[in-house]
Amino acid sequence: MSRLVVASIGPASSVQDGGRLGAQRYGLTVSGAMDRLSLAAANTLVGNEPFAAAVEIGPFGASFTARDGAVRVAIAGAPRNADIAGSPVAMDTSVTLKDGETLTLGFARGGAFTYLAIEGAIKGEPVFGSLAVNARAGLGSPYPRPLQAGDEFSVDAASGAPELRIELPKPVSGPIRVVLGPQDDEFDDANKALFLNSEWKISATSDRMGYRLEGPAIKHLHGHNIVSDGTVDGSIQVPGNGAPIALMMDRGTSGGYPKIATVITADLGRLAQTSAGTALRFKQVGMAEAQDEARKFAQLIRNLPDRLRSSDTIALNIEALSDANVAGYAVSAVDAGTWQVAAEP
Amino acid sequence: MAATLPPPRLLPSGDSAVTVEFSRTIDDDANQRVLALDKALAASPIDGITESVPTYRSLLVHYDPGKIGFDALGDRLLALASQKLPPATKARRWRIPVAYGGEHGIDLEDVAKALNTTPDDIVARHVGGDYKVAMIGFTPGWSYLSGLDKSLHMSRRQNPRLLTPAGTISIGGVQAGIQCLAAPSGWHLLGRTPVRTYQLHRNPTFLTEPGDRVTFFAIDHKTFEELDRAAEAGELIAEQVVA
Repeated sequence: MSRLVVASIGPASSVQDGGRLGAQRYGLTVSGAMDRLSLAAANTLVGNEPFAAAVEIGPFGASFTARDGAVRVAIAGAPRNADIAGSPVAMDTSVTLKDGETLTLGFARGGAFTYLAIEGAIKGEPVFGSLAVNARAGLGSPYPRPLQAGDEFSVDAASGAPELRIELPKPVSGPIRVVLGPQDDEFDDANKALFLNSEWKISATSDRMGYRLEGPAIKHLHGHNIVSDGTVDGSIQVPGNGAPIALMMDRGTSGGYPKIATVITADLGRLAQTSAGTALRFKQVGMAEAQDEARKFAQLIRNLPDRLRSSDTIALNIEALSDANVAGYAVSAVDAGTWQVAAEP
Repeated sequence: MAATLPPPRLLPSGDSAVTVEFSRTIDDDANQRVLALDKALAASPIDGITESVPTYRSLLVHYDPGKIGFDALGDRLLALASQKLPPATKARRWRIPVAYGGEHGIDLEDVAKALNTTPDDIVARHVGGDYKVAMIGFTPGWSYLSGLDKSLHMSRRQNPRLLTPAGTISIGGVQAGIQCLAAPSGWHLLGRTPVRTYQLHRNPTFLTEPGDRVTFFAIDHKTFEELDRAAEAGELIAEQVVA
């Protein structure tokens, strides 16, 4: 066994995987990676199952040191400058840290979450099939809380497999697609149109529970209290102040505000990677299109191994070079603990 | 029983979930039908459904759109939901100890004042209730109960508290609740129970199921401390009543 030591890490960083399924009926939050495609890409690069447990790194920098042997890792998700002792490491590639070497990641340059997958995956004691951190419920393994400097993982010694890169589809831009409902009938046509046609900004007081949207106030037809019912990843609820909140992976399992629309599965990761202050729009799609996109998204994740390439073909971190002179980082975003849950019930 | 309810409605909840809604309000008949549909799906699973989440008035059904589409699943759910389903099998019944008032129930005096009566009378009305777990949600193990005495119905606090203690026994609106973890709440806090409805390394991890019956009994604060220690050590201190 080798160890991977967290040498430094910012807030909003934790172990995440595909989430904790099957216990929402007991009020147990699903959690899991905010950007499932990037989690799956990082895991695929080191030969893990797509939703194996990995480190979800928040918008700030982080560094990791191999101890007691070599450790093979991969990074995908929000782009950052990355290097080992000054030698650049490209996003969407695997790399092997020799004993004592440190991988250093900078701030996210746009987006919020980068995934560090470890060959053989992070090991721990699953609860309801998951190691994902849910700090509120004291769940997560090996640490039931966000990561801190000094934490470490016992990991497989590096296999010595050749390093790989993964060719992901070009990032999609454009509006975040939603299907209306479940409570779109709690809003009149003018307010539905206001939601769909306005420009929104992600509030700085957003976190893994929910992204608050700043824009015009959406008015309800019959007030903002409904009898609590179930929520899903991407439910967009409208509380009394009219400012919508997109519920994310650490959402409560039920909620008592009308939900005007739901983000489609294929666009959830893209929403999660939208930094604070960035403008976004929504676009309504029909159920057939949403489900078609969900099936394509599942297929994309299943077929990620087909997108692996030898990493010999790139000698330089082109991205890092081209961005080296760009001043100013996108300040995210997702600052854990700034955001108070609406007191419900 | 369900004669007054409108036909169930399907509410799309994204591309991978659908809500089967029986009522827009808190309604015991609707809740019974929610739980009956939930039981029916557990007894004869539909391929593609990944989990279901009962609430007061609706059943949220999560599914894999790679296995079944919205239209096909919706048809089957509506057909099941519209049937006269067999009543849920005999429910389990729990007796839950509660230390009322004082530091454990900081709103008891105020609730008594607001209702022009004494704290003892509030406790008597709360203990006298025969409750049903209508749903579990918000945080792990938080059991929402129907069956609160009508005289105890009162609106939630103007200013919700950002943190209320683990084990809080509270009332809000027409609902009563057993809270497991410390959490924000706008409800009125009557007491605390040493019972953990959710405890990670205990078997079972979750004590209550939607549909379970619940009654409360009063304990003094010294007994609370004793039971709390036993519960912390993993003992299942709630009493199950054999019908």
